[in-house]
Amino acid sequence: MVSLEVSLCGLKLRNPTVLASGIRGNNAYLLIRAAKEGAGAVTSKSCSLLPREGHNNPTMMGCQPFMLNAIGLSNPGVDEEVEEIRIAVKRAGVPVIASIFAHSVEDFAKLASRISEAKPHMIEMNISCPNVHREGKMFSASPSDAASAVAAAREATSAPISAKLSPDVPNIGEIAAACVGAGANCITAVNTMGGMLIDAYARRPVLFNEYGGVSGPALKPIALKAVYSIRKAIGPDVPIIGTGGGASGLDAVEMIMAGATAVGVGSAVVLRRNAFREICNEMKAFMKENGYSKISQLKLES
Amino acid sequence: MMHIPARVVRAERENERVVSLTFDVKLNGAPGQFIMVWLPGFDEKPYSLAGASPLKITVGARGSFSTKLCSLKKGERAWVRGPYGRGFELLGKKILLVGGGYGFAPLRFLAAEAKKRGIHAVAICGARTKSLLLKPAACKTIFSTDDGSFGIKGSAIVAMEELFKKERFDVVYACGPEKMMEAVARLAKKHRAGCQLLLERYIKCAIGVCGHCACGDKLVCFDGPRFGYEMLANPEFGKIWRDKAGRKVQL
Repeated sequence: MVSLEVSLCGLKLRNPTVLASGIRGNNAYLLIRAAKEGAGAVTSKSCSLLPREGHNNPTMMGCQPFMLNAIGLSNPGVDEEVEEIRIAVKRAGVPVIASIFAHSVEDFAKLASRISEAKPHMIEMNISCPNVHREGKMFSASPSDAASAVAAAREATSAPISAKLSPDVPNIGEIAAACVGAGANCITAVNTMGGMLIDAYARRPVLFNEYGGVSGPALKPIALKAVYSIRKAIGPDVPIIGTGGGASGLDAVEMIMAGATAVGVGSAVVLRRNAFREICNEMKAFMKENGYSKISQLKLES
Repeated sequence: MMHIPARVVRAERENERVVSLTFDVKLNGAPGQFIMVWLPGFDEKPYSLAGASPLKITVGARGSFSTKLCSLKKGERAWVRGPYGRGFELLGKKILLVGGGYGFAPLRFLAAEAKKRGIHAVAICGARTKSLLLKPAACKTIFSTDDGSFGIKGSAIVAMEELFKKERFDVVYACGPEKMMEAVARLAKKHRAGCQLLLERYIKCAIGVCGHCACGDKLVCFDGPRFGYEMLANPEFGKIWRDKAGRKVQL
């Protein structure tokens, strides 16, 4: 008998797939839908204290081996979001992770406190969005900035906190360790990787924001290396949601072998209409075929 | 899928607010599908196909983007990607097309396809007033205006009710204001006809990733934009729209 169950900060997930933030998580209905489609946990779209319109279009380009986006963190603001999360927590039937985004440690604290009213099972701090640089440096660019944001939120909530990190740094392990030191219970790795596309005919960057974040299959090797480095840096106990390019059961197994506890699913939801179930079925098939009965046995040879 | 540059070969004024643009590109697309039209350096918005080969869109001047698009002259370019989404499915032997405002445009494309397949179509083109009506479809077209300035006085629903008193239709296809489509769906259901509706939302990615175009748990760009009776049970259909930030707006 193969079990896909995993434990994440004391939360029981029926399988390791987690709807990644920014992917069809804009309202409670969509979060409930992802749960119905088989996700082990779901993450909402990042919300900020005040509503944000985000960037003008084009905000997304889908190419075969990757996607590039600069949505610009559009969201209705925490007042509306609290209600969406509250409904999702009641009805999704799986753990709900609420993602928050702010420009200052003070606002991270306020947000962590406000969103906790909805009793999310976990709070994910988006300290690594690659397409809002003009509004200030991302917190996850340095261990001390990342730690200060996490510490502020830690003071403001009793919910487990995951810090979502950028792969666009040379020292992601060190940054993850700093977050854990500041009170993060989990690490989500990775956010998208900075990138851009140019339209030669228009002689312009394609995205209105000029550059954005690369996701999809092209992000997979980058995410694997990040998760591997973080696991080495933070030791065996702190869970990692390994996110980046995973679209198959084998991708998920590899992410877990790199050190992830659960596996974020993002762009894959459009590559496969039934991504969560198919990923889980493929994981089960792999495990059965290779003599594994539980997820914790999926480890690299030491 | 990157954008492709598309040059305007024909700009045709439909009425005081609406222009139809034909481009020098051919797309493999069906009525009901949409494309994203990009004016570099400005913005990018979704438009239903008013024709695919050659590409044609019908644009109502509403905000700054559509006003700019409406002003494109022959020889000028826009950039397009698509087509995206699930378009209409042509079913039955006799069909009714109900359009409100420039929502009539994709239905004219559908009427042309129906004609090719020998399906008998009747169209209702409704608008607030005569100066906002579009040109007729390639089938019998009944006009209605809210103020009675042309055709039947009243909404497209009034015209539809009149028609159903005399005739039966296998499927009703609708595109226009959501409240109108809700009424179309209820009326079609009452007369036991099939029903296909073309929804609109603020679209960002157009490929089903970002979730911005949600109507309840449905994604207009990915699950639609063509939907059916299931929308009558959708908690947001005919009620809630989300703006650029994702804030709820009552329809």
